[in-house]
Amino acid sequence: MSANYFLGEYSWSILLVVSVPLTLLGLLERGPSHGYDLKRDYDAYFGRGRPLRYSQVYATLSRLARDGKAVAGPVEQEAGPERRRYLITEAGAADVDQWLAEPAPPELDLQSELFAKVVLALMLDRPADGYLDIQRAAHLQRMRELTDLKRLGDPLDVLLADHIIYRLEADLRWIDHTAARLDLISRAVRT
Amino acid sequence: MDRPHRGPTGPDLASGAHVTAGTVTGKIIEARDLYLSFGETPALRGASLVVERGEIVAVMGPSGSGKSTLLHCLAGILVPDRGEAWFAGQRLDRLSDDRRSALRRDQFGFVFQSGQLVPELTAEENVALPLLLSGTRRGPAMAAARTWFATLGLDGLERRRSGELSGGQAQRVALARGLVAGPQVLFADEPTGSLDSVSGELVMDLLTAAVRKRGTTVILVTHDARIAAYADREVIVRDGKVSTLTGATP
Repeated sequence: MSANYFLGEYSWSILLVVSVPLTLLGLLERGPSHGYDLKRDYDAYFGRGRPLRYSQVYATLSRLARDGKAVAGPVEQEAGPERRRYLITEAGAADVDQWLAEPAPPELDLQSELFAKVVLALMLDRPADGYLDIQRAAHLQRMRELTDLKRLGDPLDVLLADHIIYRLEADLRWIDHTAARLDLISRAVRT
Repeated sequence: MDRPHRGPTGPDLASGAHVTAGTVTGKIIEARDLYLSFGETPALRGASLVVERGEIVAVMGPSGSGKSTLLHCLAGILVPDRGEAWFAGQRLDRLSDDRRSALRRDQFGFVFQSGQLVPELTAEENVALPLLLSGTRRGPAMAAARTWFATLGLDGLERRRSGELSGGQAQRVALARGLVAGPQVLFADEPTGSLDSVSGELVMDLLTAAVRKRGTTVILVTHDARIAAYADREVIVRDGKVSTLTGATP
């Protein structure tokens, strides 16, 4: 289902795995909201220093309305510019339900640069172990920065930092495992 | 060797006797080309390492690579077959067993994987143990030990024995025991190895906060990258040699 939201005209988040329209729909399910409020909350919880553009928010809301996932309320004009509240529809709420119940794709990194560099280094008879060491140092440095961040961050920062740390840790395990098997892999890619 | 005075210290004491991070620099620990074999099996094969005062250095590496052996040589527990192990200008590998024991008691603290608390003693007696062994009277030793309990989130557990503590609590007691006498160097061998991730993180948060406040140098052996990320830098031991990871900003 969520794949529909990733195709073509809908915007992508800077985190490629997060669907902006479904996330905005999820925020709308809390209650009717103006685009301004949705942008503010999206940026606070999910933007992590990379805010959505207003044009991206309003374009997404228009498409959600067109697709029957949300409806725009009447124009409200007080002292400032015209504003509308958006409401989630039953179809929109059903999509949010379904999205939350689905697992995220477990094979996000099939096109991993790490993997490609190791294989190519071995094919080209370059020092793959040296590359793995450099990559290990870069991963550990990033983990150290994130660990520092956790000391000062709020619970959401900690949650996100932990998510990245565990993914980096998985890479490091793969790096260690690969480093121990380079001879074997080397023979495989050269035949 | 003159036996340096080592008195009881609490976590909140801002004693001028302590080295404060940043105020005293220079290397405190050095391994020069260490070799050590157990029978026919080589454990260290030319391991070299320099650790600066106040640094937290993680020693990583695969199982059997020699990282714990290196730690034991640096702490004066093992004597290398060849090479030199230095601590604060003294060559450890040339000291007698007694003098190395005294150095360990007076200058070093230890935290191991599974706490290794003395089961017959209460938690506060366990913490006070290094002070009692170095001749501090029981009253001041116990008073110093008790000051660690609030800092490490162990309030109310002072009279419990190790069997009445969770793994995380026991490891925090072991950490207090390692630090209570104000060691210059804390040697930690897989200090979170027996803990779940949340308890391990708590132990490392507390450990790093305590040692940074006091300028204690830490040699931290771990196979866990998340734990190594608490250190200032990492070295890798492979086949009995030390590789320093360098550079590498992508």
